[in-house]
Amino acid sequence: MADITTLRTAAETGLSKLFEVRRLKLPGSAIAREEAFRFFEAAGLPHRRVEAFKYTDLRAALREAAPPAEAPSAEAAREAVKTAKGFAEAEAARLTFVNGHLVPALSDLGALPAGVAVTPLTEALTDGDPLTQRFAPVAQANENPIYQLNTAFMADGALIRVAAGAKVERPLHLRFVATGTEAFSTATRTLVVLEEGAEFTLFESHEGPGGVAYQPNDALDAIVADGAVLRHTRLNAEGAQAVALSTISVRLGAKSHIETVNVAAGAVFSRHQIYLLFAGDDATAAVNGATMLGDGQLADSTLLADHAAVGGVSREQFKTVIDGDATGVFQGKIIVQQVAQKTDGKMKSDCLLLSDEGQMMNKPELEIFADDVACGHGATCGAIDDDLLFYLMARGLPRPEAEGLLVQAFLGEALEAITHEDAREAMIGVVETWLAGRR
Amino acid sequence: MLEIKNLVVQIEDKRILNGLDLTVNDGEVAAIMGPNGSGKSTLSYVIAGKADYEVLDGEVLLDGENILEMAPDERAAAGLFLAFQYPLEIPGVATMTFLKAALNAQRKARGEEELSTPDFMRRVYGAAEQLEIDRDMLKRALNVGFSGGEKKRMEILQMALLQPRFCVLDETDSGLDIDALRIVSEGVNALRAENRSFLVITHYQRLLNHIVPDTVHVMSQGRVVKSGGKELALELEASGYAEYRATEAA
Ligand SMILES: Nc1ncnc2c1ncn2[C@@H]1O[C@H](COP(=O)(O)OP(=O)(O)OP(=O)(O)O)[C@@H](O)[C@H]1O
Ligand SMILES: [Mg+2]
Repeated sequence: MADITTLRTAAETGLSKLFEVRRLKLPGSAIAREEAFRFFEAAGLPHRRVEAFKYTDLRAALREAAPPAEAPSAEAAREAVKTAKGFAEAEAARLTFVNGHLVPALSDLGALPAGVAVTPLTEALTDGDPLTQRFAPVAQANENPIYQLNTAFMADGALIRVAAGAKVERPLHLRFVATGTEAFSTATRTLVVLEEGAEFTLFESHEGPGGVAYQPNDALDAIVADGAVLRHTRLNAEGAQAVALSTISVRLGAKSHIETVNVAAGAVFSRHQIYLLFAGDDATAAVNGATMLGDGQLADSTLLADHAAVGGVSREQFKTVIDGDATGVFQGKIIVQQVAQKTDGKMKSDCLLLSDEGQMMNKPELEIFADDVACGHGATCGAIDDDLLFYLMARGLPRPEAEGLLVQAFLGEALEAITHEDAREAMIGVVETWLAGRR
Repeated sequence: MLEIKNLVVQIEDKRILNGLDLTVNDGEVAAIMGPNGSGKSTLSYVIAGKADYEVLDGEVLLDGENILEMAPDERAAAGLFLAFQYPLEIPGVATMTFLKAALNAQRKARGEEELSTPDFMRRVYGAAEQLEIDRDMLKRALNVGFSGGEKKRMEILQMALLQPRFCVLDETDSGLDIDALRIVSEGVNALRAENRSFLVITHYQRLLNHIVPDTVHVMSQGRVVKSGGKELALELEASGYAEYRATEAA
């Protein structure tokens, strides 16, 4: 097919220029960055005619390449953090990132739970920490332009190691806060390594100002060794003009478990990518999403679950509430390799439309090469049930409250999957805040 | 208390209520009986404010005020309550959460303070005990997986909690076992008061042995065709509705 797109967009040209300037200043070896960027550059920003981005035209959304944000002053960082609400009530150790830079003064680096070791990414890259060899635990992510950009530009982040057998009760909260008045970009990379039998709870919050078209690109790599358990709750409360890109890549060892829930209400345009590799036998994954969208917003959840071992169980449930003319996108692909017998994978996307103008795009895919598997997917989309609404209103609830209760009930199923009570409460609060904003 | 004048209602071009007149006085318990499809549930929905129905003519006055223009929640705040013939299941909404939201919404609409949680709990548990509803049920999602009888009890619990002035009970007795019928009836009787009236829709005299009505009305083809005292229900039990159908056909 003659697909002539030799013309590069302003953003693509801008990214190339930025990379030329930045590549030698960024910490660590330039080789990996170089390689990732060349792959990215060859294909450019993905657009509608690229299958994996057909509903989520990143080229159209990213008009210009915003310059990478500098590290903020101590004062600016303190001010920015004051406005951060995500998981604020939850008991946790915190690492604070302002405009993509770790702020040690606002982080509990010296007061981490027993069994947890954290190295700032800049330090790890500069010192050539062996853990940096373990980035990109799921190979497919390396072919993804968003992840490639993250690899090329990653400026800060953390390496988190949880010792074998450590059952860490106290969660770690990665608090990402953006601040500023002019467009900027950030790129963070966090690697979490859970050694054998470790248990760990991670919260991630992403917040920023409403009036700035900033461009965060955050990647979380996770290696969950045999018998380990990682519980992860992520909040996208980015500012209303943000173009927010994120990727989580997880490698699961034998009998390990990941719970990951993404709660998204922020950004004008967001894409959250989830890569799961079932590398060891009998690993299990519970992946949930709760997305709330209003006028002008687009949110994309894209999932790849690659079953490469026997007996993997994955449950994926994505709930999207759409108001105004918003667009929700869910793309889910389950691959079951020939060796992965007894795989049990179920994927579901449900959408609740609160307006006539909104839309939901679903693209489920199954690629199954083993014969003894149970895999399935489903998608539903519907408006609020008038009979239920009448029942609630007949009991005295005004329409917005009655609708709100039904929205909460709809999203509740995804939020129930959050094991950690503080995190679950916090996310229920996010839904309440979103609903209050509608009234 | 409630006055219905010449109510004409249709749904999807089908006329269901045909000039219905009915008055229920303060403190009165009025029973409505009538064949299947005569429009009893439709009447209850129109009183409560369900949207699907088109009111072509007539008025429904609650203490002299026409309620037909009011939204369902406004009617509830004004003191109307409908115990549904088929209570709905609402997955994901805990019964307690719902009860509290409903009670506080009504209080707010009437300019009253929200109830404190302990005060609220006391009231719910009190009502639950009277209706022999297990506390565990209150923790479950509203009506989800409840048996038919449990759902009906839950309707009466809501009524007891919300303390409405005008209560419509649509076949609350259907699906209840003998003990539950007694318990629910006692619950209703306990709420009888000078300033509270009831419209009890039922097919069976049995319920009216427990909740003794002041008046009985026969509905047929969207109209009240006969009214009388409690003895009318006994007559109907013996003779059936043949007479009224014949009247209509004539
Ligand atoms: N949504 C609707 N669309 C069309 N017809 C309807 C609708 N709702 C009710 N009807 C019709 O209106 C008539 C009255 O129904 P209604 O439920 O009020 O009867 P009812 O007296 O309560 O009967 P039952 O004793 O069986 O409960 C019936 O013929 C019914 O089929
Ligand atoms: Mg009926």
